[in-house]
Amino acid sequence: MNWNSATEFFAMGGYGFYVWSAYAATAGVLALEAWLALRRRRRALAAAQEPQP
Amino acid sequence: MKLFTFAAPSRFYALSGRVLPWLWISAAVLAYAGLYIGFFVAPTDAQQGEAYRIIFIHVPAAWMSMVIYLAMAFWAALGWVLNARMASMLARALAPSGMVFTLIALWTGAVWGKPAWGTWWVWDARLTSELILLFLYIGYLALTEAIDDPKRADRAGALVAIVGAVNVPVIYFSVKWWNTLHQGASVSLTAAPTMAHAMLLAMLLMTFAFWAYAFAVVFMRARAIVLERECGAAWVRGLSNPAMGQAA
Repeated sequence: MNWNSATEFFAMGGYGFYVWSAYAATAGVLALEAWLALRRRRRALAAAQEPQP
Repeated sequence: MKLFTFAAPSRFYALSGRVLPWLWISAAVLAYAGLYIGFFVAPTDAQQGEAYRIIFIHVPAAWMSMVIYLAMAFWAALGWVLNARMASMLARALAPSGMVFTLIALWTGAVWGKPAWGTWWVWDARLTSELILLFLYIGYLALTEAIDDPKRADRAGALVAIVGAVNVPVIYFSVKWWNTLHQGASVSLTAAPTMAHAMLLAMLLMTFAFWAYAFAVVFMRARAIVLERECGAAWVRGLSNPAMGQAA
């Protein structure tokens, strides 16, 4: 085990800002991409099934 | 032709839909295991302290950015030469994911570079060639989105993808060919890795997690592109749509 407390874990030995901003940006960008892809498929399905004139 | 059974967009749509939940589950389980080992098992680095823990996303993201580009160029070329619709659609679906992983590699590299080198950015060969990769993805996306006719867009995109592929080996070997601030490869196929076992395991687990994620998102996007292009086809009209309350 590397950490004795939650505070120590989040401090990352003084590098907390660098480590956590890297992980937060990665998680945020991947979640956004997945959401956009899901929305695009839903919209495409709805558009493809609309009654044609 | 049996080989091309899966090349029909309708077949791809059905099969990928069945694989998708498993891909998401794999990505989640692998990421959980990789992060657990990366943060709670892997020891502190003797030189870099805890800052090195960025490696568990930085290196896998950088690998993905290159692998996805090669995959994009491959499918784009195949779609162009064989006039295979599904191959071209896969190439188009890969591009945004490749751009996302390139962005992540650059961003995590910057916030790692600051504590490790004392600078966010430096114009060395590795960083510059990775930035060129980002511009190639942006160029590919801008070009293909600007052309309305899908066939012409696919062909123009394929040209960019194939020509730009020379940049990938340049990125990979840049740390050997030039004297870079960026460190050399920690893991290669020809030599034993130069890192602790737990660190390597965490990095490999995160790599597989990113692979599973990339397959899942690319499949989702490819399914959307299939629907957009096959709009009006009988098999599309027959699909069930939970949002509209229709029965299968």
